[in-house]
Amino acid sequence: MKFITIDKKDWAGGIDKSRKTYQVFGPVQDENGCQIKPLPPDVYPLMDAGVTVMSPKSVLFPQTEKMLTATLDETREDHHVMKPVEKEDTPRVVLGIRPYDARAIQLVKLNFDNPDYQDPYWCKAYERTTFVGLAVTHPDPCDFSTSTGCGPFSEEGLDVLMADLDDRYLAKILTQKGEDWAGACGFDTEADAAESQALFDILRKEAEKNITASVDTDRLSEKSILDLHEAPFWDDVAFSCINCGTCTYVCPTCWCFDIQDETKHKTATRFRNWDSCMSPLFTHHASGHNPRGSKVQRVRQRFMHKLKYFVDKYDQGIMCVGCGRCVASCPVNIDIREVCKTMNNYESK
Amino acid sequence: MENPYVPYPVRIDDIEVATEDKSLKTFTFVFQNPGDEEKFAYQAGQFAELSIPGVGEIPIGIASSPVEKGFVKFTVFRTGVVTSHLHNMKKGDIMGIRGPLGNWYPWEKLENKNVVIIGGGFAFTTLRSAIVYMLDPANRSRFKNIDVIYGARSPGMLLYRQELFDWEKRDDINMHITVDSTDDPDWKYHTGFVPQIVEKNAPVADEDTYAIVCGPPIMIKFTQPALTQLGYQDHQIFMSLENRMKCGIGMCGRCNIGKELVCKDGPVFTLEQINQTPKEY
Repeated sequence: MKFITIDKKDWAGGIDKSRKTYQVFGPVQDENGCQIKPLPPDVYPLMDAGVTVMSPKSVLFPQTEKMLTATLDETREDHHVMKPVEKEDTPRVVLGIRPYDARAIQLVKLNFDNPDYQDPYWCKAYERTTFVGLAVTHPDPCDFSTSTGCGPFSEEGLDVLMADLDDRYLAKILTQKGEDWAGACGFDTEADAAESQALFDILRKEAEKNITASVDTDRLSEKSILDLHEAPFWDDVAFSCINCGTCTYVCPTCWCFDIQDETKHKTATRFRNWDSCMSPLFTHHASGHNPRGSKVQRVRQRFMHKLKYFVDKYDQGIMCVGCGRCVASCPVNIDIREVCKTMNNYESK
Repeated sequence: MENPYVPYPVRIDDIEVATEDKSLKTFTFVFQNPGDEEKFAYQAGQFAELSIPGVGEIPIGIASSPVEKGFVKFTVFRTGVVTSHLHNMKKGDIMGIRGPLGNWYPWEKLENKNVVIIGGGFAFTTLRSAIVYMLDPANRSRFKNIDVIYGARSPGMLLYRQELFDWEKRDDINMHITVDSTDDPDWKYHTGFVPQIVEKNAPVADEDTYAIVCGPPIMIKFTQPALTQLGYQDHQIFMSLENRMKCGIGMCGRCNIGKELVCKDGPVFTLEQINQTPKEY
């Protein structure tokens, strides 16, 4: 495995060089806090930012996205025929994505890229994106990524994994995409692979020691869906929830979406928007019937999906990467780690 | 890469008012592009998204049968934004159809078996598709006895009335048509709710008998015990579920019952399967 060192004095220059080939994304501060967004030509990523408020899932799965359009002008031969919206195909690079968010993209991939159907919008965005990760050396107090099959130096879903060594980055090139990105930046100072890996291991252990939150998930798969669904604790879990949906929007693994049509003049556009299982409308039938009409049913759905249905369906662990965003953002302090513990320890009578 | 969100363009070829209260209409669509009909090859029991540009999409069971060529048919109840818009459209209008979607009635399993079809109200669309499919001369010999129990509030609320009465006259299908009540003195079929007619007329189950049940929740609730009493086991009862849907391909996340997605893993489930999932439908 190849390692390179990047002197921080060369970092901005390298990014500028890569802009000829790539659209560059990275963490920046805006009026809503720190977010991973496309960087304008004179802006550089805030690499020392902590957990971004929103996850970078929007790079592949925008909060709102045009899917199809049609003209409603009946003088046109193709009126009322819906056609896919043309998408850009410039390569993109996401700088400073954290390992937990990179794993989240792999979990979301199970949904959008499966043997039966491939979502062309997500898949094409994924194909043209390179992920340059930054290892977590100073974990957030809410971080529990070591419990979720991830961790501060996890390489899953990344093309490059970098560690911040004050005056330089030590970067492990993991894929051809990563190699290409380093080439486009002109980063080519190779470092001794064995020594670098040893240093990565030391830093990883150090960071893992600083992650104090943990959660057991080992017994979730052996429980029955119906037992957990009928368990008596859901009223308590949901009691304080105000169904605001914040947890679903900040979550890097929440992928549910809505499809809506809009018409402007003679053009119809079909969009998809992030949706949330916390909203009663999510499952509301046109007849008025709602299978998840009460708050407790919706809260249960969110945790059952992440911690049980997904576990059973894909056998890839829980649908949570331990970033801690929902724990930090929840206005009423609902903590997925506590819910997971309750579910994992539940014994039906 | 195929884009599963792009509908096939279709033209409305015919619109028929299906019930006396005009709340249901049957739409016949013809594909605009040659080749799309073959790509839309479907099985009885599947559904599709009817797609109106600028308005939206609705998941609707396919009422035509795979043995009927040159068109597809859907019977639609006017209830929300898209269905209301559709009810106001006219012959010749262009829209889209996306599909076929979901699984279907288990035709291989039903081969050489007695099939009992039980429907209520306007949940008779994919059942019509199934009956036409089984009665097709190429298929009839693949099934043993066919019984159909179908009921609606009143004679005028029965879907596909002419076909029902035609099937009544045949000797290779046992029709048990019923209405909740009627003041028509010439009504020559049953009167009473579907579960009662099932109790009285459905064949007693042996291991070669399967039931397909579609209807409003209240009908299903009372039909189930009647079937159990007649000896049907949970794996011999097939049901088609409905839930709010958007994508129809198992991605948008809303139609799940437990880990099963009604749009992709269903809509057809055995009662045995349904009993193992949360009742979120």
